[in-house]
Amino acid sequence: MGLRKPPLYDVHADAGATFTEFGGWDMPVEYDSIKAEHAAVRESVGIFDVSHMSELEVSGPDATALMQRLTTNDVTALDPGDSQYSAIVNDEGVIIDDTVVYRLPDRDDRVYLFIPNAGHDEEMYDRWTSYRDEWDLDATVEDVTEDWAMFAVQGPGALGTVSEAAPDASPDDLSKFQATFADVAGVECWVARTGYTGEDGFEILCPWDDAETVWSALDATPCGLGSRDTLRLEMGFLLSGQDFDPETEPRTPYEAGIGFVVKLDTQFVGRDALEQQQEAGIDETFVGVTLLDRGVPRHGYDIATEDGDVIGVVTSGTMSPTLSEPIGLGYVPVEYAADGTNVSILVRGREKRAEIVTPPFIDQ
Amino acid sequence: MFEIPDDRKYLESHEWTTTESDTARIGISDFAQDELGDVVFVELPEEGDELSAGDEFGVIESIKAVSDLYAPISGTVTAVNEDLFDAPELVNDDPYGDGWMFEIEPSDADEFDSLLSPEEYREQTE
Repeated sequence: MGLRKPPLYDVHADAGATFTEFGGWDMPVEYDSIKAEHAAVRESVGIFDVSHMSELEVSGPDATALMQRLTTNDVTALDPGDSQYSAIVNDEGVIIDDTVVYRLPDRDDRVYLFIPNAGHDEEMYDRWTSYRDEWDLDATVEDVTEDWAMFAVQGPGALGTVSEAAPDASPDDLSKFQATFADVAGVECWVARTGYTGEDGFEILCPWDDAETVWSALDATPCGLGSRDTLRLEMGFLLSGQDFDPETEPRTPYEAGIGFVVKLDTQFVGRDALEQQQEAGIDETFVGVTLLDRGVPRHGYDIATEDGDVIGVVTSGTMSPTLSEPIGLGYVPVEYAADGTNVSILVRGREKRAEIVTPPFIDQ
Repeated sequence: MFEIPDDRKYLESHEWTTTESDTARIGISDFAQDELGDVVFVELPEEGDELSAGDEFGVIESIKAVSDLYAPISGTVTAVNEDLFDAPELVNDDPYGDGWMFEIEPSDADEFDSLLSPEEYREQTE
């Protein structure tokens, strides 16, 4: 099967991007230098094409009930234009995916747009429609992934860039996790103050066919998925399919450090399993590590005690471009999770000294 | 177009070596550093190590990739570029100059003949 392409594939190729496969999509990984793109976001402003993210729209009289029963957070807390981070878990409480749920302006009823990760659109469409049918709910579910292009404008300069391109959005008045429909370069877009970098910023959904108009109107350094990964890693943000995965890294929201998105006073698939775990406590937890010796922690490397007993695994790692220090994320038993605990990471079979650090690795 | 200096020989795996019979210097090509992107870590042999042609002598890591490094020729390591430990980006900035990796006293100067010429290496990268 061929890879899916974002609408601006050719624009990125002309700009000198190299591409990588991610979630079944062929996406820009870097334009010139991951380090330079990373620095642009931390110090000024960068723009990412994240059109590979999935989008599903849920509407109809029972839209709220369906969303409430398939996500762990409380969607009834959302007013139109609000959004929330949330998790989608299975019966055992294991995370299938994480997502941001937006409440769009009401039509006859409430309308939700949620953003699963790349390549999860079909799976989530099936999950939403089969539960809807099983529960006999009156809701319309649409996979609108290829109706919307999505750009993330991130960095301390993001407000200036978005204000210039979309003065109607009054981006300054949007608080974190708020969103609005607004005109960007003559195109109606969904402009949200959300992101995945730890910086101030906006995510802009625009009609697929108008992607180039909107992209060109946003003055920022083009950035690829390489720097998107190093930026989120410095913040300790989870990457779906890597820091959790129902098959290869089955983790609950409590283990993955996102218990704050679980609202046990709502009813959702997986709730009872999570309530049990919340009462019993977790055995392993998500932590950060920094290497004290030279080297780079990578996905799949073992975490061991100082004596060399393997106790956990690195799920993500890199050389932090901001700190110039090797950093990683992973899981260890809770008794090893305290800040400053000495551990080691097995890099190509060699023990390197490391220390537990509670993310974020940088001050924001 | 990537730079491929005429005064050295190359491996298919993108290492270069100078061809002096007493002390040859070894590094990776401009093409290789560009493919890797920002280099953040190199692991090199130690002075005195004995290497055979084709041996894995170290590892180079960029933000996005990890690659093994292979010795173009056999011999004894006589010097290591320790500047790379603190400034691995020298490999990106100057792959044929300050980004060199180590020097070796060749044990068999005939081995240079079996390496790729600049022209042959250029064909490979095109």
